[in-house]
Amino acid sequence: MTTSTRDSVSPVRTHPLPGPIALGLVRMRVELLGFVRERDAMIFIFAYPLIMMAIFASVFGGEEQVFDVGAGSMEINFAQYFLPGMVATGVMLSSFQTVAISIAVERDDGTLKRLRATPLSALSYFLGKVGQILLVSVVQTVALVALAALAFDVPMPDGVRWWTFAWVFALGTATGAVCGVAFSTVPRSGRSASAVVTPVVLVLQFISGVFFPYPSLPDWMQQVAQVFPLKWLAQGMRSVFLPDEFATVETAGEWQHLLIAVVLGLWLIAGLVIGVRTFRWRRRDDG
Amino acid sequence: MRGTALSVRGLRKSYRARGAASATGSRQVAAVDGLDLDVERGEIFAVLGPNGAGKTTTVEILEGFRERDAGDVSVLGEDPARAGRAWRARIGVVQQDSRDLGELTVAEMVGTTARYYPRPRDPAEVIDAVGLTEHARKRTRALSGGQRRRLDVALGIVGRPELLFLDEPTTGFDPQARRSFWDLVTSLRDDGATILLTTHYLEEAAYLADRVVVIDRGQAVASGEPDGLGGPHARTPLVTWLDDGERRSLRTDRPTGAVARIAHEVAAPDGEIPGLTVTRPTLEDVYLDLIGDGDPAGNEEQR
Repeated sequence: MTTSTRDSVSPVRTHPLPGPIALGLVRMRVELLGFVRERDAMIFIFAYPLIMMAIFASVFGGEEQVFDVGAGSMEINFAQYFLPGMVATGVMLSSFQTVAISIAVERDDGTLKRLRATPLSALSYFLGKVGQILLVSVVQTVALVALAALAFDVPMPDGVRWWTFAWVFALGTATGAVCGVAFSTVPRSGRSASAVVTPVVLVLQFISGVFFPYPSLPDWMQQVAQVFPLKWLAQGMRSVFLPDEFATVETAGEWQHLLIAVVLGLWLIAGLVIGVRTFRWRRRDDG
Repeated sequence: MRGTALSVRGLRKSYRARGAASATGSRQVAAVDGLDLDVERGEIFAVLGPNGAGKTTTVEILEGFRERDAGDVSVLGEDPARAGRAWRARIGVVQQDSRDLGELTVAEMVGTTARYYPRPRDPAEVIDAVGLTEHARKRTRALSGGQRRRLDVALGIVGRPELLFLDEPTTGFDPQARRSFWDLVTSLRDDGATILLTTHYLEEAAYLADRVVVIDRGQAVASGEPDGLGGPHARTPLVTWLDDGERRSLRTDRPTGAVARIAHEVAAPDGEIPGLTVTRPTLEDVYLDLIGDGDPAGNEEQR
């Protein structure tokens, strides 16, 4: 390579650059404004789990689901069984789907290239995304749980379980977000981003026991789903919102908290490594 | 404040030719092939050249977007390939193709971008300067093409850059918008900014630029003040007339004498020379001469 030739004027240092955290907050506001004003995002990412919850719980609301647990069988309100799957779905949509689509679109339409020309750092850009995701998924989850509790009489878990909820939620959101960054290089254009990301998310929902009780899925489907994080996220949420007896319904006969943490953690690391290596500010066809 | 704003020596950049792989491997095509440039602080410097000449590649190397294969590059005293945030705070970039506008309003976009910089201009003043005040509260997706371009310019100058890159900034402007944009660029220069402009509009370069360089096939083929480009010979007036229905032409430094002589030879009974024209070549004529008018290689897609 080469060296720079000559220094003409030394840069003026009297005005310090804005800090990366402060700029992260500026970016978070931009991301939030963009998200809430985008009708598609509000319907298919924010409202989707709420709508599904309302529909399924209304249709099957009167019915009690009967499960074989331990010594006998146990009945449970359908809405209570459905809630953890919808919470897990909401986390995945708000993190993975939001990030994968938005970065693919922003790379394609030149947003990233424009940002690259400013003193904004990559750190601030991602802080803005993380802040937006956290806020959206917290509000979404609160709305979902409130809907289940108030409209469908789903009993709320006791104090200790909220700690389980907190780490599963945080780990799931972080994993979804970094996997979204990694996946954002897959769509070839911004226009195809939705079409490439949405089916992945939909298929995962069906095979991960979000809509149907996981143990009732065919074996091979369970084998496939076990590889992906959504199955474990949903299982973690079931351990929060379902009675302890339901642990025996799980394939392993227990909640497997440690394994949930390990699998989500591995995806987090894999997503981080791939995301850092493949992230680019420019389109593939742009040099 | 004078001095060198940017300096380029022997810049080279090749790309793999798309779909042209041979048995020996893919063919490298030089987009920039040994280019030298010097831009002084406080001047408007125009880079002219046909599509595919290497203008955008060069500009994007100077902006730090692309790696170069060889050559020395210094932009505001730093190597753009390695320069950091502090350097990017001192440049402004208006890119050629941007369609990244969405749900934010003009005021929000400009206001947010101003926050990235240590010493920004007042966003409202910038919006006013590009003539978007009445659209400030409009979402950017609702802007017309010319309005978007003016927003691009606002985003490029809101950080108070010492050096502003304008890559074909007035594409899609109506004549009135173009003229007020020229006034804006001139006022930025008068405030001390250095401006590097690429353009297809020769009259734009002629009006704005203090100096121009014409590049073709990755090399500088001419440079200088717009009025002197191509040397004195290139500006020799051209006299044309009809002789028996056939157009004849003559290049001469003494067009008045030439016309008198022609009048003597071919004038009609009423004393008029049929189809007489006397033209002094414009920058555009000189430019077309320089790049070899109608060269098919000049129609390649711009990179």
